[in-house]
Amino acid sequence: MYPDYLAGYVKQVERTRPKRLELALTGEPVFPPMTAAEREDVLTKYHPDYSKGAKRPVRVGPNKGEEMTTEVAVLMEAHSMIRPKLLELGLREPDYETDLLIIGGGGAGCWAAITAARQGVKSLIATKLRIGDANTMMSEGGMQAAVSRTDSPTRHYLDAMGGGHFENDPALVRVLTEDAPEVVRELENLGVIWDKEPDGSMQVLHGGGTSRKRMVSCRDYIGAVIMRTLMDEVRNHPDLISIREFEPAVELILDENGHCAGAVLYSLDTEQFLIVRAKATIIATGGFGRLHIRGFATTNHYGATGDGLVMAYRAGAKLKFMDSVQYHPTGAVFPEQIAGFLITEKIRGAGGQPLNRFGELFVFPREPRDVESAAIIRECSHDRNNGIDTYVGRTGVWLDSPIIDMIHGEGYIRRQFPGMCRQFSRFGIDITKEPMLIYPSLHYQNGGIAINERCETSIPGLYVAGEASGGVHGRNRLMGNSVLDYNVFGRRAGHYATEYARTAKLGRLSLEHIAEHARALKREGIDTDMISPLILPSYTPEDVKIQQLARLGNIPAMHSMLRSRFTPEERRTRP
Amino acid sequence: MHKDAEPHEDGGKREHVGAHMVSVFINGKRHVVPEHATIMRAIEYAGHQIIRGAGCREGFCGACGTIYRLPGDYKLHTGLACTTLVKEGMSLTQIPSVPMEKAVYDLETLTPDVSAILQVYPVTFRCVACGTCTKACPQGLPVMDYIQAAMRGDVAAVADMAFDCVACGLCALRCPAEIIQHEVGILSKRLTGRYLRKESRELDDRIAEVRSHKYDGEYRKLMAMDKAALSKLYYARDLEP
Repeated sequence: MYPDYLAGYVKQVERTRPKRLELALTGEPVFPPMTAAEREDVLTKYHPDYSKGAKRPVRVGPNKGEEMTTEVAVLMEAHSMIRPKLLELGLREPDYETDLLIIGGGGAGCWAAITAARQGVKSLIATKLRIGDANTMMSEGGMQAAVSRTDSPTRHYLDAMGGGHFENDPALVRVLTEDAPEVVRELENLGVIWDKEPDGSMQVLHGGGTSRKRMVSCRDYIGAVIMRTLMDEVRNHPDLISIREFEPAVELILDENGHCAGAVLYSLDTEQFLIVRAKATIIATGGFGRLHIRGFATTNHYGATGDGLVMAYRAGAKLKFMDSVQYHPTGAVFPEQIAGFLITEKIRGAGGQPLNRFGELFVFPREPRDVESAAIIRECSHDRNNGIDTYVGRTGVWLDSPIIDMIHGEGYIRRQFPGMCRQFSRFGIDITKEPMLIYPSLHYQNGGIAINERCETSIPGLYVAGEASGGVHGRNRLMGNSVLDYNVFGRRAGHYATEYARTAKLGRLSLEHIAEHARALKREGIDTDMISPLILPSYTPEDVKIQQLARLGNIPAMHSMLRSRFTPEERRTRP
Repeated sequence: MHKDAEPHEDGGKREHVGAHMVSVFINGKRHVVPEHATIMRAIEYAGHQIIRGAGCREGFCGACGTIYRLPGDYKLHTGLACTTLVKEGMSLTQIPSVPMEKAVYDLETLTPDVSAILQVYPVTFRCVACGTCTKACPQGLPVMDYIQAAMRGDVAAVADMAFDCVACGLCALRCPAEIIQHEVGILSKRLTGRYLRKESRELDDRIAEVRSHKYDGEYRKLMAMDKAALSKLYYARDLEP
């Protein structure tokens, strides 16, 4: 039940529903999809990437002079956590040695480890929190794969290119779309329970920007099902895969020939730095939602602070599309406790409609994500003022979910969206009878470390897979292509890195690139107390944080380096 | 209203608009926190940096298992810190990790019936149907029922009942017979997905098509197109209803 001040707006939704339902049942688009010109217009005026102060040129590193999202540029121009001189002994006598170091224990990392194990190669997974504590776990709606007879991998290719504004790397998109059917089969062989039709064929639904029904799913728990399957399989190979939890990597290690040779890990439990010597290294660290770009709430995991980008960048790898961020059109706005939480796009794929305060449709429900998000922001902006305000000062529009049962039959929502039903019922809202209040929420790092279709970077021995990589989605990713991305490229990274590790010969280990980064900061006159990787965000109230940061001396407070080091002054002046 | 300047969750804000405050005891120490806070936000509001005991923060990962007591109530309650609201006088703590052993097995050598449960998690058969696991489940799942189904060898039923499990391990921590319920759930789900579902012939055909290089020509054509040509093709494509 919504409080009285919102209940009146719910009535508006119910008032307009019969007409909207009638239209939805015709099978025609319920609102005219935008033309290319209309998309361009709404994006440049309302998408947060275009707002004032959203981007600025970065002053150090391989992308020097190029525009990056401001919060990312700040991380790239920050100090390293380590003093290379104090780790020289460790470089000579590493704490761990392995064929393959996998940084990150999400979907891509687990796939890489499984693939390596299948080829008899040893790997070590170093992860910030627990294995499986990753955005992979949180995906809800589905994965794109051209499996139905009316579809084809090349159609999938065209949809993905259009969604990414034709800026995607064509070779990566081909691999993504062409490997997809095989990935569905591989996951089923590992024990993923797909939603199916009675004859065994895959149940498929639409997502934003898809021209065919292509979304395969596991109710609305696809991430939880895939992630738990992969991590269970990883743990079935203790002889080949070792796991270090709560030991995130904070810098890469190169050898004297400039090849990647492992990483420095930081134990969150004991605050030690540990050296891993590895013949090949895979970055599978995911994205950066917890940077709260532009101050947005996020759908992302606690550890999503873009650490892989920072490490790879300092080691000399080039980044792509770091001026572009994805906002998921539908994050929860009410109740306050779940503000920012992901409301799966599958809801709109199944017929859910976004409505303004008058209960009117104002956008085609399945535009690509950036377009849909920008349209919702426009509806809530001062230009239109058609949003609904909550008592804590958030604004949103409705997402009409009850209409889904009216389209597909009673019980459909409970069967297809048990996770969503549970999230809202905890706070007394029944989404089968009442709509959800939504607003775009920071969701995905469109860009990342540049790779080719073998997941190779410009640094020999360094591979990247999953959200940490850049290029495959261009400047906007379609729903269900990130789940596909980590499955496709996690497998590939495991395969090609294994091949490389078999013959790799390492030279003397070095952290000279960290010393060089420090010199570059000095040369550019960059004065900052920021330390990166950030590792974890801080949600400590400002006055408490000031008290915590007041200490003097060279011994760090317990985990003080994990805290966001923005000074209060910087905070005030930050946009 | 423009949302551009939205504060980071509740971080950085000490005052909450219209919020009443409540007293809670975190690791035995009294703190005053907003009454609409979840346990996770209350811990952070008090100044802690959570390291063990937070993961997805949205109720999917099971990292934030928490136990608490309420004034005048003898019961030990369980929940997820990310979705449980604080209450006046609540005394709580986070569980940093749940020690337990996942069995190592080869899915390819198992059959989807009672023999798999017996072989991989024999401890399951110690269940005395006391229902403690069900009471402890923050997802409200019928844990005891699915353990009973596992003992009957009905792995498909286990998979269905355990589908929404977040593997927080609170059931296993509370179980007097020391069963690892959530791991039995994961095993049953994998057996179901691997062996009990009808396979898709369409999918097989598509995989065969890809392997026979059926789409190579089309890909080559599309990949050679410039933005203008590709854009024209894209906006002209037909949409499946």
